[in-house]
Amino acid sequence: MSNVPSHLKYAASHEWVLKNADGSVTIGITDHAQEALGDLVFVELPEVGAHYDADKEIAVVESVKAAADVYAPIAGTVTEVNQAAADAPESVNADAYAAWLFKMTPDNLADVDALLDAAGYQAVADAE
Amino acid sequence: MLKKTPLNAVHRELGARMVDFGGWDMPVNYGSQIEEHHAVRRDCGMFDVSHMCPVDLAGADCRPFLSRLVANDVAKLTVAGKALYSAMLNDAGGVIDDLIVYYLTDTRFRLVVNAGTADKDLAWMRTKAAEWKMDVAIAPRRDGDAPLAIVAVQGPNARARVWQVLPQVKAASEELKPFFAAETGRYFVARTGYTGEDGFEIMLPAAEAEGLWNALKDAGVAPCGLGARDTLRLEAGMNLYGQDMDETVSPLDAGLAWTVSLNAERDFVGKAALTANGQQKQFLGLVLLDKGVLRGHQKVFTKQGDGEITSGSFSPTLQQSIALARLPLGVSIGDEVEVDIRGKRLKARVSKPVFARNGQALI
Repeated sequence: MSNVPSHLKYAASHEWVLKNADGSVTIGITDHAQEALGDLVFVELPEVGAHYDADKEIAVVESVKAAADVYAPIAGTVTEVNQAAADAPESVNADAYAAWLFKMTPDNLADVDALLDAAGYQAVADAE
Repeated sequence: MLKKTPLNAVHRELGARMVDFGGWDMPVNYGSQIEEHHAVRRDCGMFDVSHMCPVDLAGADCRPFLSRLVANDVAKLTVAGKALYSAMLNDAGGVIDDLIVYYLTDTRFRLVVNAGTADKDLAWMRTKAAEWKMDVAIAPRRDGDAPLAIVAVQGPNARARVWQVLPQVKAASEELKPFFAAETGRYFVARTGYTGEDGFEIMLPAAEAEGLWNALKDAGVAPCGLGARDTLRLEAGMNLYGQDMDETVSPLDAGLAWTVSLNAERDFVGKAALTANGQQKQFLGLVLLDKGVLRGHQKVFTKQGDGEITSGSFSPTLQQSIALARLPLGVSIGDEVEVDIRGKRLKARVSKPVFARNGQALI
């Protein structure tokens, strides 16, 4: 039922990943994730310049209901964060694919290709 | 297999997000929890609380039975229809459940107990009735031959909307003061609630719940889920059983001293333990000064020692995070304390444990 755009890659932990032309990737949480969490009220973003291994906790999104960790879908270094999403967490509910959370330079760009495609992620979401 | 209220199909038709709430398949929201919260503070919302269990007591010994069973004093119930909020304690003074007692006649009382505790409550009440050799029949009304549903309609416009949809209850409920109830026809209408707003809790035959719900919805009453119910009660400073208190916690340490009647000759289960132990902790509010969200079980650091958050969330009315917390004696309202949120110490201010009621922020 939720929106899973086909041009993105996904992690089973509910992050989406967009490859940019400059070799960086943009990362956010999926529409399925925002819907499951409900109204978001707090977003904690990583530090620019920090390096994260794949599957490490990198950010936090909290709804009225619960706190959820956001994981680094791939290993890499944070290059930019979307302060607008932290200032207006409800923007993630409004459009989870527009309200990105952070950008990374992957250690290995090929890691992105190994992530789930839309059909693979849809199957994960449907199983929940 | 999750248990279902008589309104389960209606919630699903409305597209509610359903969750397992203590074994019950319940709506957590119908879209936006925050919008549902505001609907109750500003206008009118309704909740299916049919998972809670009405328990009818009948018999000559209702009053002496309740007098020994619960920590508040049913001697305060002198006018028919009056409601009393109380804790039911174990011998150690821990809270078995919190409940409302409605006084109907001297041989008939109605209790409403929590969903998840109903079975143990009934077992406890029946054991005590037998032990004390009391003439009191104990009849749960959530199931059985004549099951009841409960719909809470809450908000500044709640009573007017109920009268619009159920004109037949207006005469009996128009003059009800807060914390009073009236039986009228097949309806039991109580001016009580769990939101800090005016309104009614309506008990009615389960088979009629869907009709009432749909009529209220057509009259503009917003369906609200358990999510909004939780943030509303938290803002109103109302305890949630299992979070703010349980069988290991004294009502005196859970902000419920106002519901415990320790004076007078009357004895009740747990009184000796409460008298011996006294108050060990304070139950106060916290307002987060930094950005983030307070949650249950987070540790609180004060000059007088450590405390713990029992309930925390984001307050849609105050637009900041609030919590109820059990803190050491000696901590004062206005003190600045620190809360451990995922390893970081964030600043919070101690407040009275009531944040918003009747549409107004109180801090």
